[in-house]
Amino acid sequence: MLLIRCPYCEAERPEVEFTYGGQAHIARPQNPSATTDDEWRDFLYIRANPRGIHYERWRHMHGCGRFFNAVRDTVTDKFVMTYKAGLPRPDQAELEAARS
Amino acid sequence: MQTHHPLAGRALPGAQGRVSIRPVEDCTRFILRIDPQNLGAASSVWGANLPPTIGGLVSGSGRIATCIGPDEWYLIAPLTEQDAIESAFAALYATTIHSLVDVSHREVGIAVDGPDAVLALQASIAFDIAAMLVGSGCRTIIDRVQIILLREGQDSFRVEVWNSFSDHVWNLLAGICREIELGV
Repeated sequence: MLLIRCPYCEAERPEVEFTYGGQAHIARPQNPSATTDDEWRDFLYIRANPRGIHYERWRHMHGCGRFFNAVRDTVTDKFVMTYKAGLPRPDQAELEAARS
Repeated sequence: MQTHHPLAGRALPGAQGRVSIRPVEDCTRFILRIDPQNLGAASSVWGANLPPTIGGLVSGSGRIATCIGPDEWYLIAPLTEQDAIESAFAALYATTIHSLVDVSHREVGIAVDGPDAVLALQASIAFDIAAMLVGSGCRTIIDRVQIILLREGQDSFRVEVWNSFSDHVWNLLAGICREIELGV
């Protein structure tokens, strides 16, 4: 079983306590009525499907209950790092540091 | 309030005293949600310090307070103190916004005691129970059921589980205790 580090509990917790929340860092358009149909479709449905590093949301559902963001490698299924919701995407240097 | 205790009268004294489970007597339980910045005000109303970090547990004089989320506390007190706690927090509401919800009717407690208590719980909980600090609590999953697990002593745990799942968790733990007893 995977152990996932919850940035709020600051502890490694088992995977069964968590639920997946989709791709992270997707901002809702400030003024939805001003967007074109295509922009709205992209916001609702179009997601990256990368091979490798993926930024995604997770929720510590059966723990502290909070949503947070995680960086996961979709090839190895290993979590690189997790960080609190609302924080910017970690840059390459931070990812390298988390890996080592 | 529902007074029926779904596990009333059950007890499983483990032979050889290695691990035993028993229902904890009825008590008052609350979920408190409050901005952590206002924790001091809530602590003074509660009458004891509320733990500031997730996992923290403070107990004394029949009361237990544990922090299970960034702004969420699980409070346990004797039944006789329920009205006093509710009215005290109602008075606090005038100055500090918070939410105090009585969940007494929702949950029951199961005490798991004995030198093999860690082994018994580890059989169905996915994280490292032995590494859990004495005097800490957390919400977790036991055999797909959400519980709040409190470690009150080296060999004494308390499982807080919803009424509707209590029968399942009880039978699960009873089976595990029996296996430990028989050395399977």
